[in-house]
Amino acid sequence: MAGTGRLEYPTSIMALRVLCSSRIDPVFLLKAYLKGADGVLIGGCHPGDCHYETGNYYTRRRFMILKTIFDSLGLKSERFRLSWISASEGVKFAKVANEFTETINNIGPNDTKNNMFL
Amino acid sequence: MKELQGKIKQLFDDKKVDLVIGWEKGSLPMSSSPLFINNPEDINKLIFDETCQNNLAVYLTKDKRRLSKDNKKIGIVVKGCDARSLVLYCVEQQVKRENIVIVGVPCNGVIDKKKVLEKTDNREVLEYRCDGNKVFVKGRDFELSINKIEVLSDSCLSCTYPDAPEFDEFIGTPRSEDKTKDEFKNVNDFEKLSLDKRWATINKEYSKCVRCYACRNVCPSCYCNTCFVDQNDPQWIGKSPEITDTIIFHLIRNLHVAGRCVECGACARACPEGIDLLLLNKKITKEIRERFDYTAGIDINEKPAMAAYCENEKQDFIMG
Ligand code: SF4
Ligand code: SF4
Ligand code: SF4
Ligand code: FES
Repeated sequence: MAGTGRLEYPTSIMALRVLCSSRIDPVFLLKAYLKGADGVLIGGCHPGDCHYETGNYYTRRRFMILKTIFDSLGLKSERFRLSWISASEGVKFAKVANEFTETINNIGPNDTKNNMFL
Repeated sequence: MKELQGKIKQLFDDKKVDLVIGWEKGSLPMSSSPLFINNPEDINKLIFDETCQNNLAVYLTKDKRRLSKDNKKIGIVVKGCDARSLVLYCVEQQVKRENIVIVGVPCNGVIDKKKVLEKTDNREVLEYRCDGNKVFVKGRDFELSINKIEVLSDSCLSCTYPDAPEFDEFIGTPRSEDKTKDEFKNVNDFEKLSLDKRWATINKEYSKCVRCYACRNVCPSCYCNTCFVDQNDPQWIGKSPEITDTIIFHLIRNLHVAGRCVECGACARACPEGIDLLLLNKKITKEIRERFDYTAGIDINEKPAMAAYCENEKQDFIMG
């Protein structure tokens, strides 16, 4: 929708399609990170709107645990973000994508390549 | 012991079980081995004491193909934590409740061999005996008497469910939840450290890891057919004991067992490097308890925290 609405979102984003936000295992995020991604944005349908009815509720809990663990270890959990953006919300997608890109730009590039860890 | 053996014999006599899984004396001092009783003749080998540290529940998932042949009825002797694994299996539909007979034994904690070896400066123990609160060990040129509490497994020191929360038979009288122990002492201490210190602790612990996967293999909650660390296509993480990959392995494993870890401590006892694997697991357990008021393996009718939800729960960590 962001495309057909001619809305601009950062070109630095690489979109990966999964069937439902609950398909995302924490290992996906870390793999992306190890492969040099600067951040990972998960978009999910709004609570109550998941195509599979309840997938995003599980995503929400998983993401919560991931965040808490990362925060408690001092790993940069701001590099991961979960937002409720449904397929028809082009405007919101563009907004979140821009915001997130800005956050990531402020944190700076992923230094896993030089550094041993996160 | 006699009571346990009698109970098992009775189960066989009543044709309530075709197979019983328990422990027998191990070939080395301080150890026990899993015992599979197909034939009532073997019942007199059955023991239960502080050396029975294996979580026998693992066989029901990891050895499923062999055990579930001909729809056998399986009896299984369990400590509190092992019983919690069984509850988890029932909830996760790995075993049918009616196909197992849970025989609870009163547990006063199991010993961690690594802790004993620390006391003997790694000298080989040739004789071992436990008498009440004391443990006696004897080697070639030494003899030691140790307070049992000093060599108890860490998981037992913080265990709040020493007796099975769910059982068909119990040897003695089951105690309910033990509220006297400070379950999350280590986690609370860890949380008080500064960020740098916390990271340093994790780094120090996990840099010892040799990636033998013993922790995963003994873990009752890790029963995937193919674990993510073993997958090649895609290969999720590197396979060498390099610190980044190692920490990722542990973090992901922690997240996979989030809300499913029964705090049996089998992982930590199996680790050849003595890594404190319970710390992060407990941290997650605490978080889940606080947020979702859930404890794994207690209630057979309750969904695991990560497979349940509440529509209106707090989502402070989601930024729009
Ligand atoms: S992670 Fe460790 S303590 Fe938790 S269930 Fe698995 S083996 Fe037991
Ligand atoms: S670490 Fe994760 S993928 Fe591997 S066996 Fe455990 S739960 Fe399964
Ligand atoms: S048992 Fe210990 S050394 Fe082996 S993989 Fe697990 S943490 Fe690493
Ligand atoms: S389909 Fe499940 S979150 Fe969108």
